[in-house]
Order: sequence, then C-alpha cells, then structure tokens
Amino acid sequence: MTWDYAPAPESRDIVALRSSYGLFINGEWSDPLDGDAFKTINPATEEVLAEVSTAGERDVDRAVAAARAAYTKVWGPMPGAERAKYIFRIARIMAERSRELAVLETLDNGKPIRESRDVDVPTAAAHFFYYAGWADKLGYAGHGPNPRALGVAAQVIPWNFPLLMLAWKIAPALACGNTVVLKPAETTPLTALLFADICRQADLPPGVVNIITGAGATGAALVGHGDVDKVAFTGSTDVGKAIARVVAGTRKKVTLELGGKAANVVFDDAPLDQAVEGIVNGIFFNQGHVCCAGSRLLVQESIADALLDRLKRRLATLRLGDPLDKNTDIGAINSPEQLARIRELSDVGDAEGAQRWSPPCELPAQGYWFPPTIFTGVSQSHRIAREEIFGPVLSVLTFRTPQEAVEKANNTPYGLSAGVWTEKGSRILWMADQLRAGVVWANTFNRFDPASPFGGFKESGFGREGGRHGLEAYLDV
Amino acid sequence: MSDRVGSERIDVRKTYKLYIGGAFPRSESGRTYEVSGSDGGFLANAALGSRKDARDGVVAARKAFPGWSAATAYNRGQVLYRVAELLEGRRAQFVDQLRAGEGLAAKEAEATVSAAIDRWVWYAGWSDKISQVAGSVNSVAGPYFDFSIPVPTGVVAVLAPQESSLLGLVSVLAPVIVSGNAAVVVASEAAPLPAVTLSEVLATSDVPGGVVNILTGRTGEIAPHLAAHMDVNAIDLAGASADLAADLERAAADNVKRIVRRPLAQPDWRAEPSTARLLSFLETKTVWHPIGV
Repeated sequence: MTWDYAPAPESRDIVALRSSYGLFINGEWSDPLDGDAFKTINPATEEVLAEVSTAGERDVDRAVAAARAAYTKVWGPMPGAERAKYIFRIARIMAERSRELAVLETLDNGKPIRESRDVDVPTAAAHFFYYAGWADKLGYAGHGPNPRALGVAAQVIPWNFPLLMLAWKIAPALACGNTVVLKPAETTPLTALLFADICRQADLPPGVVNIITGAGATGAALVGHGDVDKVAFTGSTDVGKAIARVVAGTRKKVTLELGGKAANVVFDDAPLDQAVEGIVNGIFFNQGHVCCAGSRLLVQESIADALLDRLKRRLATLRLGDPLDKNTDIGAINSPEQLARIRELSDVGDAEGAQRWSPPCELPAQGYWFPPTIFTGVSQSHRIAREEIFGPVLSVLTFRTPQEAVEKANNTPYGLSAGVWTEKGSRILWMADQLRAGVVWANTFNRFDPASPFGGFKESGFGREGGRHGLEAYLDV
Repeated sequence: MSDRVGSERIDVRKTYKLYIGGAFPRSESGRTYEVSGSDGGFLANAALGSRKDARDGVVAARKAFPGWSAATAYNRGQVLYRVAELLEGRRAQFVDQLRAGEGLAAKEAEATVSAAIDRWVWYAGWSDKISQVAGSVNSVAGPYFDFSIPVPTGVVAVLAPQESSLLGLVSVLAPVIVSGNAAVVVASEAAPLPAVTLSEVLATSDVPGGVVNILTGRTGEIAPHLAAHMDVNAIDLAGASADLAADLERAAADNVKRIVRRPLAQPDWRAEPSTARLLSFLETKTVWHPIGV
C-alpha cells in the first residue's frame, strides 16, 4: 500500500517583492554610483525574483563611511542597555515577520519551507534575542572589566543560510557596540534586503547596519577597505585564505568560518534507527549545503550492511520537490554553478571506483536538482572523501577499531564538526576528546543554538560564533 | 692548586647548539654565526639554523604533541613549575648572559631573571584553571547537555622577541606549551645564548623531548619556512620585523594558521601578562549530547 501526499504549498502572497532593490546605506535606499545590477532567481523554478544592485568601490566607500559615522557619533557612545533594546526590537520584529522571512528565504534559496520556517528564521531571531542580552553585560564576559568595541565590521556571508548567517554576524557585532556593512551572497540577497526594512521598523539609527549587494568583487572591496576594523567571513576555504592574505599586515581583526568534511562515526552498539535519522539530518539537511554537514559516514564494519539497508530504506521515503510544499524534505540546489560542482565531484566518485546509489526519485523539469546520493566503497584517498561537495552526497567508509575511526575522522585538513553514535558513555567522551573538530555532536547531529559556540579547527577557520565565546570576535581583546 | 701558580686556568667554553626533539644537534647546514656582546666583543658561535632544521623541529613537535596534549593538566603544571625550579638553580648563568648579551646592569639582569622564573610559575598555575575560565556549559533551548572546552591548537611556531632574549622568550613560550601545544621557537637573532641555555634547562626538567624545539639563526631566513609549513597550526610573530610580518601573515594563510600579530610597540615584558596569549593557541570545542531516559 502506498500513501500519496496531497500538495501542501505555503502561500507566497505574504511576500511583497519589489522589481528592483538598491543598496541600504545610512538608513536609506540608494542606487549604486558606479555599479551594475544582477538578477536573483528562484532556483526551484528559474523564475527571476528581482533585480539587485551591484555595489562598486565608491558604494563600499559610502557604506563604510556611514558605518564609521554611526559608530563614532551614535552607536559607539550609546550605553549598552540602550543598544540592547534596539537589538531586542529586531529579534521581536523578526519573529513577527517570521512567515514572510521563511517564504522569502525558501523562494530565493530553494530550501524546504519546513527548514526555513522551523530552523533558519526562529534560530536567527533567537540569535538576536540572545546577543541583545549581552550588550550591557560585556564586562562579565571574561574579556576584561571594560571591553571595547572594534569599530566598523565588514561582514561577508554565504548563500546556504542567508538570514541565519546574517544573524550570526550582525547580532554579536551590534551587541558589542560595532557598526556593520554586510554583503549577502549574490544568489541569496533578498532576506538581507528585507532585514533592512526590519532595521527601519526598529528605528535603528542610520548607518548602524548597512546592506550592500554584489558578487565577489564587492566583497573583496569591502574586506580590503582601509577604514574597516573587523572582517568576518563565512564561506569557502579558498576565499577565506584569500581574505587572510588581503588583511595580512593590517590591524584588522579577522574571523573565518570555512569549509568542512565532517565524519559521522557510527559504532556497532549505536541505536541504529536514531543513527539513521542523524545521518539523514547530517547530510541531507538543507540539500547538504552545510559547512558542518556529516558528509563522511564512518561505520563500524560489523554493522555496515545492516545500517546501509536501513539508510537506503529511509532515503526512499524522502520527498524531493517544490520547496514551498510543507511536506518537502529535499529542496533545490541553490545555483547552476553549485549543481555543476556536485555533478563534477559525483562523476569523479564514479570514475575513482566508488559505487553510487540514489533512491528512485523524479527530478522536476525546471530548476536545479540533485537526488540524495550515497557512495559506498569509498577509500580515504578518493576525492569524494577529501573534498567538500556541499551537496546531498554521502561518502561511506568503514572502520574496525575506535582508534581507526579516530584516525580516519581526523585525516582531513578540515576540522569543523564531527558526529559520534554509540550507547557507551565513556566511548562518547573519549571520541569527543580525540576528534579534532570544533563541534562534536554525540548521538545527535546538526544542532545549533545561539548560546553554543560554533567554529572550526585547522582549515575550517578560526574564531567562534555563538555564546560568550562569540563576543570575543567583536571586542578589542 | 699549587701546580698552577703563575698560570691562569683556561676555561672550558660551551658549544651552543640547536634543541630539536630533546637532542642538541648542530645545524644540519654546518653553519654558525658569531654572536657578539652588547660591547661588540665575541661571545660565541651559535648554530645558524636552516630550513631543514626548521622542518626537523616541526616533525619533532608534531610527534610530541599527542602525548603532551594528552598529559593531565595537573601534570603539565608540575612540569612547568619544575622548569622554574631548575631555572632558579642556574640563575647566575642567566644573569651573566643577560649582562653580556643585552648589556643589562647587574641589578637589572637579576630582576629580569627573577621575572622569567616567576613567569613560568605564573603560567604553571594556569594549566588546570584555564578550562574553567575559558570553557562553559551552554544553556541551549532543547534537551541537550552542551559544553565547550578549550583544547590546544597543535604545533605552534614562535618567533621570540628580539630585544628581550630571556624574559620575552619565556613570556611567549610558556603560554604556548602550558595548554598542551608543542612549539618550534626561533630565538632572538642577536642574543640567542639565553635561549640555548634555556633549552638545557628544559632538557633536564621534565618537559618531554619535542615539546619545545629551539632554533637559533636568522629570523628572516627561518621564519618564512615555518609560516608556510602546512603542518604548523599557529604562529606568534612577536619577534618579526614589520616588513617580514606582513609576508609571514600571507604565507600563514595557506593553511589558515592562527596568527598572533607583531606588537605595534615593544611590550613591557615585566608587566603581568593577561590570558590573551594563552587563549590565542586554544581551540574551543563544543560537545552536544541529548538528555533523556
């Protein structure tokens, strides 16, 4: 007997899109001075959603100048308790407009509405609420009795969690007394532009938050600007390294949150059904467009077959399709470029001798799609075991002993996250100690919380976002 | 004694060597350079460390890291305190070297050595306290136990301060190793002798071989190889010149090294340090586990 789901699409009427957007500088919308414009599309349908401005160097200049003035005259001198209330307002307005934000995020990004509604937007609002409370308590944060703000923060964020990454960047920056110029990713600028309207509703003083749009050149101009005190970047390791080279020799403080190739380690005593859910959540959440995705499954040899059987059965139940449908599990790949990258690395997986498996899965005719995919027979030297695919592709490796699991898990230049599945408490703590990763999820995966520090070891970047630790990135300590 | 009346005894001089993996090799390059006192007179020939020596230092440090980082914090604190004890025992030698090398007056040299000893004691005490200060239990909005702990970054390259050849060196080295990192140090170029003598102290204390590796030579020659080394996780640029520092930062980007920048002004090494250097070489690790029955 098969169960069919009736379509359950979320209405997009709640979103009022403009046909074109300018730059949000000093509390006002303005056209780019010497910039161009580009189109942002719905990756599930290839429909053009809006035209967005490309900020040029002179626009970056204007934005940084506005942020500097706001820092010097308004936001810097403002008592923390007053700053806090603005940030609390932002949190509240985000919650009030949560459905609008969720629908817009899904339209622009392609992620399932279930995720944007239940994860991205509420976690983003919670992030503002959390850091608002820190604004007048910074002296208790363990960074000295009277920690000072840095000044103007240049923030460049990726397309996988557009609004959530905005929150991770802007909330702690404002709480610590900095002003910001933020550039969202070129394929997902719309929720950041809607956030500008939230700043208006919150009566945030002009220049405290500036949103400029554009591609890599805009981001490069921003992080390279001479009057920026802080650079915060989330994105690829290659771009992160380029940023580190640009800021070399300056006094700019830098935090980088880069790529990952996390191991999700399943021992023979693990609760298998829970582990299967964790593996699915680890690699198929947000189409695998997650820097901390559990993209390498390390399973103990004795249970490998049993686990893979259950995993395949579970994958066959995943629903891929219209991201606005409330029953959709797997949405669209964000861009044709990313789809090409996923296809390329998957083809390499075939060529290098791994076995590819996907459940029967019909892909929509329009838009960018990739089916949930498992590669078995993967060895450590395979590119699909070493390189970040950033898509719904899981590489499966096996191990015999805990020591071997640790060695394989740590055998990567990355170190962002890791997962452990076992019922044995002492083994969990031993594994957590041995794994060289910034976040270790034990018997769970892909959990995020404003109070919980997040960030990587090694080439996954440095600095932490979230919690008391996340304040350090925006304080002169 | 009576045999020697009329003839002054010729002293036995020390050969100043590198300190790598717990051993004292000469530079594999076979090179040395002349070290002069503050008065310009000859003090010694120090080993002129090479790229190969730097790489050997990194290999030794990487090998030592698992054991040292797995030692209990209590044990590491004991070991650092032991370094202070042995340094105290060789106080006179360090005072002499500081007077000759840095041109310090007797009283100043005494005070500097005292401060260096006290610095080891200060950091020794941090070993089992820093995780309580820098770690946390995080109140997440769900049924999870979630905690964050600081863990050592790995292999750290340290360019020791050029001016303060002992106190400066101790002030940048102790915060690296107390938390479980392994270090490859480039000593003050002009005044390397206290660093070499310190390596003898380290070798006879309980610091495992390879945890600290000390190179002497030209900072500008050795440092670029450490900054670009893919198995070095972090670099302290305390002893880099302004020109060199920017290049080193660029090279360090190749594997996303953690960087402690060159200070704008020469720090007052006698002032009580903060935890900043200690924290610079720690990674915050966050662990989640569900709570349930």
